[in-house]
Amino acid sequence: MVEFDVVDLGPADHPTDGEQAPDFTRPLVNGELWEDVSLSALYEAGPVLLLFHPMDGAFPATYLWNELRERGIDDHERVQAVGLSISSPYAHKRLIEARDVDARLFSDPSNEVAERYGIAHDLDGMTGIEEPRPAAFLIDGSGTIQYAWVGTEWPAFPDYDEIEAAIEEL
Amino acid sequence: MNESDPPITIYRLQACPFCERVVRTLTELDLDYRSRYVEPMHSARNAVKRVCGVRTVPAIVDRNTGLTMAESENIVEYLERTYGESGGT
Repeated sequence: MVEFDVVDLGPADHPTDGEQAPDFTRPLVNGELWEDVSLSALYEAGPVLLLFHPMDGAFPATYLWNELRERGIDDHERVQAVGLSISSPYAHKRLIEARDVDARLFSDPSNEVAERYGIAHDLDGMTGIEEPRPAAFLIDGSGTIQYAWVGTEWPAFPDYDEIEAAIEEL
Repeated sequence: MNESDPPITIYRLQACPFCERVVRTLTELDLDYRSRYVEPMHSARNAVKRVCGVRTVPAIVDRNTGLTMAESENIVEYLERTYGESGGT
C-alpha cells in the first residue's frame, strides 16, 4: 500500500512576529464588486487576518473557508479576515458565493505579493504557475505582525486554534 | 471611504467600450478616480443598483457635486461641462 505523503517545502524566509507587514495594493473582491485596496488601508481601519491560500477550486481553499465560516473567525468586530490567492476576481466572486464566505479576497495572479512575503511556491506539473504557500498573518492596527504561520509542507492548513488565541490577545 | 480617496468613483465592466469612453474622458480631464468593477451579468449588479438606482454601467458617483449618473453619453457631457475648460471649477 502506498503511504500518503505530504511534500516537504522546507523553511520559508518570511516576515514574522513583531515585524512590519509588507504593504501591497491588489483588487479586493467582495460578493458584489472589486476595486484596488491596499493592505495598509485595511489595517488602519482595524486588525487584519491575512490568509494566503491555494487557487480557488483547489480543495485546500474550500476547506479553509468552510472551517473559517464555521468558527466565525471572520467576525468583523474582532478582525477583518481577508484571503489572497492567484485566482482572478471572477473566480473569487464564485468562491464567495459557493462557500458563503464572509470575507473579502485579494486577487494576485502575478504572485508578486507572495514573492514579497517570501512564500512563493512553484506548482509541480503546472508549468508557469506559481502561487503562495498556505500562510496566515495576523496584523494589528499599526501594521505590525502579531502572529505568523507559513506552511512548510504541502498540503498544509493553519492551526485555527492558534489563530483564535492570537486574535483574543490583540 | 477615506477623505483622501478620489471623489469620483466609476462603476465599470471589464472591456466595456462605453466604460472606456468615460475613463478616457476622466483621463483627458486629468481627474483622479476610483474604479469599482462589477460582473457582466446584469442581475448580479446590485451594488450599482443600490448606489445609482440602475444596473447599467458605466455609472459614476461624484462626491464633489453629490451627483450620481448613468449612461456614458450623459456622463461624458457632465464631466466636460463640470471639469472641462469651459466648466465651472
